[in-house]
Amino acid sequence: MNLTLKIWRQENANDKGKMVDYKVTEISEHMSFLEMMDVLNEQLVNSGEEPVAFDHDCREGICGMCSMYINGEAHGPDRGVTTCQLHMRMFKDGDTITIEPWRAAAFPVIKDLVVDRSAFDRIQHAGGYISVNTSGNTQDANAIPISKEAADKAMDAATCIGCGACVATCKNSSAMLFVGAKVSQYALLPQGQVEATDRVLNMVAQMDAEGFGNCTNTGACEVECPKGISLENIARMNREFLSASLKG
Amino acid sequence: MALDSKIPKGPLKDKWTDYKNHIDLVNPANKRNIDVIVVGTGLAGGSASATLAELGYNVKAFAYQDSPRRAHSIAAQGGINAAKNYQGDGDSTYRLFYDTVKGGDYRSREANVYRLAEVSANIIDQCVAQGVPFARDYGGLLDNRSFGGVLVSRTFYAKGQTGQQLLLGAYSAMNRQIARGKIEMFNRHEMLDVVIVDGKARGIIARDLVTGEIERHSAHAVVVASGGYGNVYFLSTNAMGSNATAAWKIHKKGAYFANPCYTQIHPTCIPRSGDYQSKLTLMSESLRNDGRIWVPKSMEDVMAIREGRKKPTDLSEDERDYYLERRYPAFGNLVPRDVASRAAKERCDAGYGVNATGEAVYLDFKSAIQRYGKEQAKIKHISKPTEKQIYDLGKDIVKAKYGNLFQMYEKIVDQNPYETPMMIYPAVHYTMGGVWVDYNLMTTIPGCYAIGEANFSDHGANRLGASALMQGLADGYFVLPYTIGDYLADDIRTGKIATDSPEFEAAEKEVSERIEFFINNKGTHSVDYYHKKLGKIMWDKCGMSRNETGLKEAIIEISELRADFWKNVNVPGTATEYNEQLAKAGRVADFLELGELFAKDALIREESAGGHFREEFQTEDGEAKRIKEFQFVSAWEYKGEPKDAILHKEELAYENIEVKERSYK
Amino acid sequence: MSGILNSSIARKFAMALSAFFLMFFLLQHLVINITSIFPNNGKTFNELSHFMGTNPLVQYLLQPVLIFGVVFHFVMGFILELKNNSARKVKYAKNNGAANSTWMSRNMIWSGLAILAFIVLHFIDFWFPEINTKFIQGDWSGLHNGEFRYFEELQHKFVNPARVAAYVVAFIFLGLHLAHGFNSAFQSVGANNKYTKGLKTFGKLYAIIIPLGFVVIALFHHFNH
Repeated sequence: MNLTLKIWRQENANDKGKMVDYKVTEISEHMSFLEMMDVLNEQLVNSGEEPVAFDHDCREGICGMCSMYINGEAHGPDRGVTTCQLHMRMFKDGDTITIEPWRAAAFPVIKDLVVDRSAFDRIQHAGGYISVNTSGNTQDANAIPISKEAADKAMDAATCIGCGACVATCKNSSAMLFVGAKVSQYALLPQGQVEATDRVLNMVAQMDAEGFGNCTNTGACEVECPKGISLENIARMNREFLSASLKG
Repeated sequence: MALDSKIPKGPLKDKWTDYKNHIDLVNPANKRNIDVIVVGTGLAGGSASATLAELGYNVKAFAYQDSPRRAHSIAAQGGINAAKNYQGDGDSTYRLFYDTVKGGDYRSREANVYRLAEVSANIIDQCVAQGVPFARDYGGLLDNRSFGGVLVSRTFYAKGQTGQQLLLGAYSAMNRQIARGKIEMFNRHEMLDVVIVDGKARGIIARDLVTGEIERHSAHAVVVASGGYGNVYFLSTNAMGSNATAAWKIHKKGAYFANPCYTQIHPTCIPRSGDYQSKLTLMSESLRNDGRIWVPKSMEDVMAIREGRKKPTDLSEDERDYYLERRYPAFGNLVPRDVASRAAKERCDAGYGVNATGEAVYLDFKSAIQRYGKEQAKIKHISKPTEKQIYDLGKDIVKAKYGNLFQMYEKIVDQNPYETPMMIYPAVHYTMGGVWVDYNLMTTIPGCYAIGEANFSDHGANRLGASALMQGLADGYFVLPYTIGDYLADDIRTGKIATDSPEFEAAEKEVSERIEFFINNKGTHSVDYYHKKLGKIMWDKCGMSRNETGLKEAIIEISELRADFWKNVNVPGTATEYNEQLAKAGRVADFLELGELFAKDALIREESAGGHFREEFQTEDGEAKRIKEFQFVSAWEYKGEPKDAILHKEELAYENIEVKERSYK
Repeated sequence: MSGILNSSIARKFAMALSAFFLMFFLLQHLVINITSIFPNNGKTFNELSHFMGTNPLVQYLLQPVLIFGVVFHFVMGFILELKNNSARKVKYAKNNGAANSTWMSRNMIWSGLAILAFIVLHFIDFWFPEINTKFIQGDWSGLHNGEFRYFEELQHKFVNPARVAAYVVAFIFLGLHLAHGFNSAFQSVGANNKYTKGLKTFGKLYAIIIPLGFVVIALFHHFNH
């Protein structure tokens, strides 16, 4: 198929940036979206132009590196996939596809479609861990039984890949699904209880300091999340935060 | 230089304990004055960074990704082995050790593997304490899976995302230390050289991938945890950015490179669909429990299927060649990974591949659906079930077992595997070879360590399933933190390492010149053009099976390709910006050297062992034939061109295990 | 507690609390108003109105609290909107919000502004005259020509079809606002559990029934004066 691509080009963080049109031809419907981008880039390199910069790594939907806003949706029109798992059969011959970087004040553009998501790392530094040393002297793994339900729910929250689609898609650029998932994972496990109060207060404070917006419960993040992280995790974080605020 | 593996004396089971009791320690106050650089933040690098920082060292960690959490360990699916014996099925440290050595086709180092088995149980304790949500049973205790043909259930798992959960555990431990300021994190940075001062590794030259700035970083020791080199094949299950540059740079500065020809090629991956393919996706090996593998018997049917005139479901049973069942009646579709991979390649080379590229075979669940369907009909007392009833009942069972894999397949290939057979083909998955290290995990450069997939030590010629995660975390959490202390104990009075020495100057100059070259070359071909060509040579001639002629050709072709690359490569853009093509050019330049050494190593290894299959060395039944005189580690010393590399042999002694033939029949 | 209202989650909790209060008020308001269409010529309505209009507890405690609740809800809504807007400085060239969320959830500020405009009208119609009568002229009798004036005033207001139309439109916006707001408030205070599904259905019903009730009352008086 032949396509027109409208792609955001921005040389660096200080550049103003603009949308630029490109044509690609003979795209196979079996290609992944990123392979289509590879075709475009090979074409650009061979004609002496600069290729479009975009983040990508594992290309199997788990590293969370790829991040494109395609035709107005994070990771494109398919559900439960990252951009690298999106296939060209979702598009038709002659389509015009608009491709933009994640847009959020807390995710500044580095170049073209590449954004800086280090705000997520800093939120994790504020409390995304359990303080246990790797001495090899911790108690036996089976010393504390954990109900299957709690373990499964913690696992569901922990499947977050940190891609930032929740922020990108939220009309408020809120990071609450991301933070809620991490807070929930530890809140559901006995190991996480000891530091629960400080964790949620510190992580939320850091989230606010990074300039993410506030959650207005539109639920868009849950729909666009490639891993299907539930809004339940935001509600749990809200509870954790309120009870921590009362204690603290 | 003679190789000294520094294996402690004494009985196997006491070696590690005795070793720990007698090494030098660094007191906590002195640790504050010692810096350690860790390159790579996967399971090995992440766990090492966190632990070293907890101990009190100042750690500088480097990742080419935008966050430590994205290292490719995250993609591991199945699980992690540990000799916990929670199931009471007779598992023990010795049994895990034995399975690992045997699985590695008797080409790994006994003492290292035993230590790995010993610390494996600690890993699970540690990860649970960190909040890793391993699967549990209804009683709230940890659940286990059985894996990869061993006789016990010792694999711990977190759905199909065990690697992700373990990596996020290590990442969380890192975060705690980053918050304390004990780890300084350099994301989007790439190590481009190691700096050696007075014979010791004392720092690295790194490039900031965003600004292009070349930076000097000094430390008292350098740990390379940069993963494997599977991307030398261009197509593999590795991440796009996975590269051998850090490992290769230390090799060029004096670290020996061991067993480069040992590569694991996984039989069940989704095949390539065209030349644009950038990456291959693994499908769990468990599918072979119920799927039957076949290609058409006649060439006409093959052509008809390729041209879309026939569908695989149109072929009757006697028009199908269930070649694994034909060739291996005893094991059938459940032959080991390497055998299954080679058999698929054999059929496709003979022209029977079933997709447009000619590189795919069928994995068919029709029989399984029928079998389960009839079984269910009996259980449900349906006396005369219709075809549809049988199909529906059978499909439900298959869905319960493999539903998520079928869905993933459908997303990628857009075919419903319940209705039509899956197409699969082998793909490069893991490299057992790597930087040579002694028992301390130190390379042949003093003060330079290699851990995780980047080293060679634990998996011999073939890695068992669920062992990679175990090794990465064992090295990082429990082995390196001890062994590196023994070395650093001599450095308590050294003080900060200056970065303005002539050695740093020279290393930086070398790196800068190479970058200048790429930017100014303005050649005719893109970096990917060369990478794809290299990948094709590697796959065709150093792939699942190898022979002398092919390997000799590969050596010549790769060296010619390398010469062409240095003349005609085209890198757009500038050196002072985010420039992925530039970063890639450096990585491919290193692969172009590594590939040749790989072929050379495969050429001298005149035997078949594990993932290395030499066509000249097989039994009458076409099985791998190991040869006693090759019971050594080949460690290569860099001498300029790969063809000049010098071979050093580390003989492998098996004192606690009897070396036997691996029989598949 | 100082500065707690700077925290994102505390703010949304406060929004939710004020919303609960306002939603309860709406219910109460509807219950009283519905009596105006009872077939007793406004007798019940007059009595209830007089009670509410003259009871010191209602007038000096609940009324200020209500006013505070309304003002707080609006002010906080605007503050959050401004902050949320600044969290994305460069907007998308193409955004397909309908793919993943409802129109109501994305446009609370607009439905809210419509309701605010309505409240201004509503205050001019009823509240300011009330305040004028009671607090400025000091007439707490509630009588006009010897009878309770409330029902008559109500009927009088719904003669003008333009006003009725404005009310109906405002109530539609109120319905849209509630359609998202009702369940959003529960999510904000952390209630997301096995009851959520049922609560969502209830929320939808609430968002339809309350505004519909007010619409019916307005139309009833327009056509029956």
